[in-house]
Amino acid sequence: MNFLSDHPKLVQFAGLLVVFFILQFAISPSDSNFLWRLPAFLAAVPEMLNSSVEYAMFEWMPIQTYNVEIEDYEESALLMEVTRSMSRSVLFCIEFIREILVGGQKTIVAFTSWDFVSENDWAYWPALPWTVVAGVGVTLGYALNGRWLAVLVGCATTYIAVFGQWEPAMETLSFVLIAAPASVLLGVILAVVAFKSRAFETALMPLLNVAQTMPHFSYLVPVTVFFGVGDHAGAIATVIFATPPMIRLTLLGLKGVSPEVLEAGEMNGCNKVQLMFKVLIPTARHDILVGVNQVIMQCLAMAVIASFIGAKGLGFNLLLALNQLRIGQALELGICIVLIAVVLDKLSLGWANKQIDYFADLSFVERHKYSLIMVAILVIGIVLAGIGSLIFKDGINYFYLIPHNQGLTTEDFWQSGVDWIVDNWYSNLQVFNVGLIVNVLIPMKNAYLSMPVAATFVLVMGIAYIVGGIRSSLVVGGLLLFIASTEWWDRALITAYMATFGVVVSATIGLITGSLCAQNRFATKAILLVCDTFQTFPSFIYLIPVIMLFGVTDTSVLIAVIIYATIPATRYTVEGLSNVPQSLQDAGSMSGVNRMQRWLQIELPLAFPHIMLGVNQTVVFALFMVIIGAMIGTDDLGQLILKSLSDEFGIGNGLMLGLCVAFIGLAVDQILRTWASERKKALGVA
Amino acid sequence: MTTETSNSTDTSTDKQPVIKCEGVYKIFGDNTADMMAKSNGNIDVEAFKDAGCIFGVNNASLEVHRGEMLIVMGLSGSGKSTLLRCISRLTDTTDGNIFIDGEDLLAMNARELMSIRRNKMGMVFQSFALLPHKTVIENIAFPLQVKGTSTEDSMKRAMDMVNLVDLTGRENYFPRQLSGGQQQRVGIARSLAVEPDIWFLDEPFSALDPLIRKEMQDEFLRLQEMLNKTILFVTHDFDEALRLADRIAIMKDGVIEQCDTPANIVLHPATEYVAKFTNEVPRERVLTCANVMDEIDGETNLSDLKVPHNAVIETVAEAVLNDPNPVAVVNDNNDTIGVLHRKSIIHLLFGKDEEETLGNQAAGA
Repeated sequence: MNFLSDHPKLVQFAGLLVVFFILQFAISPSDSNFLWRLPAFLAAVPEMLNSSVEYAMFEWMPIQTYNVEIEDYEESALLMEVTRSMSRSVLFCIEFIREILVGGQKTIVAFTSWDFVSENDWAYWPALPWTVVAGVGVTLGYALNGRWLAVLVGCATTYIAVFGQWEPAMETLSFVLIAAPASVLLGVILAVVAFKSRAFETALMPLLNVAQTMPHFSYLVPVTVFFGVGDHAGAIATVIFATPPMIRLTLLGLKGVSPEVLEAGEMNGCNKVQLMFKVLIPTARHDILVGVNQVIMQCLAMAVIASFIGAKGLGFNLLLALNQLRIGQALELGICIVLIAVVLDKLSLGWANKQIDYFADLSFVERHKYSLIMVAILVIGIVLAGIGSLIFKDGINYFYLIPHNQGLTTEDFWQSGVDWIVDNWYSNLQVFNVGLIVNVLIPMKNAYLSMPVAATFVLVMGIAYIVGGIRSSLVVGGLLLFIASTEWWDRALITAYMATFGVVVSATIGLITGSLCAQNRFATKAILLVCDTFQTFPSFIYLIPVIMLFGVTDTSVLIAVIIYATIPATRYTVEGLSNVPQSLQDAGSMSGVNRMQRWLQIELPLAFPHIMLGVNQTVVFALFMVIIGAMIGTDDLGQLILKSLSDEFGIGNGLMLGLCVAFIGLAVDQILRTWASERKKALGVA
Repeated sequence: MTTETSNSTDTSTDKQPVIKCEGVYKIFGDNTADMMAKSNGNIDVEAFKDAGCIFGVNNASLEVHRGEMLIVMGLSGSGKSTLLRCISRLTDTTDGNIFIDGEDLLAMNARELMSIRRNKMGMVFQSFALLPHKTVIENIAFPLQVKGTSTEDSMKRAMDMVNLVDLTGRENYFPRQLSGGQQQRVGIARSLAVEPDIWFLDEPFSALDPLIRKEMQDEFLRLQEMLNKTILFVTHDFDEALRLADRIAIMKDGVIEQCDTPANIVLHPATEYVAKFTNEVPRERVLTCANVMDEIDGETNLSDLKVPHNAVIETVAEAVLNDPNPVAVVNDNNDTIGVLHRKSIIHLLFGKDEEETLGNQAAGA
């Protein structure tokens, strides 16, 4: 009896399970029974969304615009014109940078006309030789952070050029160079406004929560409706996706500035602008830089996904290669994306840490030496390209531009590797695959689908109540109610089943790997480095190997989910374990604990709240990957989102489906986060 | 309760105080504004407290004259930092008046406030509050740069400040690369960069180790001798206050219990609370010859030795005790104003006051 009264939550939990199973068996599966499935109250909402968007885009507030083609005024909706001109300017910026890098005519056309260009053969902006771009990159790397960054930039650019991915890589770069600064700027501005105005912050926070748990795909549909298809649409979708983490991190940084630093700024006579830009933002620099880093990662992750709506570049080629199951090529492209991500990340970091020497009495040449070197590189590069055109007659000018897919390739090597695996292991893999599907996945899926809606609500809201009280319970209930009122409850259950499976396996692997690695200082460093590296890979990359091995089944998706979602679980475990206070470790040592006792009785209990935050991340990662898994065929919400992409009036469905996925994530987030923060408070490690 | 004595030993002939506070209140609590509206200017402390308000500063009045160092002393939560923040207008004052050089500080608009901070005020913070992204020299030049001084001039001036606080050679270090003492030197240099008239120091040495603290206090005295600023200094360390101050204001629960010279506070503690601090103080370190001397009573056997009236007893005790004759105490013009007997010093060093307990004696010796 004592045990029970000492653990009231445990009793509550047991009671909850009993109620759940009673409901599970008592409610009969029938379509008319609303305890089994709620009627789709919200079924009409997508249609309403569609028609209101259509109205806003085509009819709302008509204005007169001048059409050059028919040389007359015509009526057009205001919003349409606004989005059109936005698209045009974004596209112009992207094309402008792109043509500086790889040449073209569109910028010239923008200032003249197509007729002018076709009449004048000379009207073509030549591409910069790749050696120039690489050289300038190396110089920049050296100027910002010394020798090693220069080497990194040199290796990355050479790899990209030699493997014949220069053109798509520069296309991707041009798109990132627009989207990333735009996201950073927008993020900082919104964060500053939120920092100044409490009301704005309160309004913004739930939006950010939803935005960060919505799957990437669901952003694409509205963007295509408002902005059409193409590079600009990709860039805009990327900005929308990359800005929320930037806002969040900037705000976190601004709030973390110590009040004394702020007061010091005030006492030194800063005005409001100076206080913001010279004191607050630079002091919050660390978090803002993490934000910039996130933005760059998001941009490159979106490089692939944005190619669904017409963004050119590496992502588009990667998608093609994946569709053709050309694993070697996909891998090479993946590496290109990762390299660009790493280089941009390090350059931005170096730039932010730059230090000025005020007392160096420098001559003009010394002060401008890097600019001068860059000019020299430009000249040398062009001369080299000229020499190249003499050496490599009729062929490819390796000093100028190596055309797409004409460079080195290791594709055959990888292909033969895959062939070898298929030849030797295929039957074993298939046995595993079939066994997993028949014995685990299908029963699990059926169990999820056989849950009456009432039982699900009781279970989830009950857990939320035990963990965080009535408020958490209502929040979670509200989120579930939304999903249950759409016509996709069953699909959502399938998504939930895949995510659950992925999370359970990932969390287990992550906990074990993390715990093992945390025992040793070098292993800790190594595993964090591995996590960092894997995190820079766009989520798509993970699909490449698994499709080859397991074909197009739920297993492939789940394995990709597991690999991807294990990263945060491992990272948070390692972090949590290594942040256990040294004094407690010492106290343990002096009490004579062995390793196992230390882990079980000191480290794990203290680190557990932080590990749960990792599991929370794991859930978000798993959901994203499950949705992306729709690419290779699943029958969950992701599949429907993908369909809505190709549907002319998909915006309503796309948004609602996206919200469903986001709400699954948010419900789990609400429970885990509340639990972790309560627990941290109780342990005094907050 | 508030005892504002103005018999300061201030040598300034300037009548107008640099800082003048009259009945300053800082009241925290959600319904402060309502209560203030109801009170019509007569603040009834009990009524406010019943309404859930907390008094950070309770009816504080003080004056600081040109070149004077006033130290506000109190334990944590006594409202000393809040008072400083009111006077620097880092927080809004609930009620009362604050004048800086006769100008009403609380009536200033943002522009005037900024201007006075840019030109007249410097402040040093307990946690140093250096900008982590700027080097030593950039931190020091920061107040000049926000003023709009050219980079060249501000860097030159900042370099002078670096030399002043003995950080030469470390100007390109980042704060994180410096020790606590060095960081506070940067903080001091930054606060002096604009050559302010008024210098605020908010527990500047509290975060430092005892040895470093002593060193920084010496450094601070050296600077003050050189610069002669008007200083408002906040500390929780009574010894520090005695060591540095021209006058000390002791605060408790937002109220200034006593505001006087160190010697007067030690000799005549106004309240029991103040007495608790002074009991433990070795008097020979605080009292000066002028405090202990007797009237000249037609004595003729004076020694040849003469001691200045403002010399602390500790520094002259040995010489006086070794002299068989009474010693003359002279003022700045070398006129004899009193006489110091051996028995007075012996009484001061070893004598028993009636109220003193044995324990205190031991501490005093």
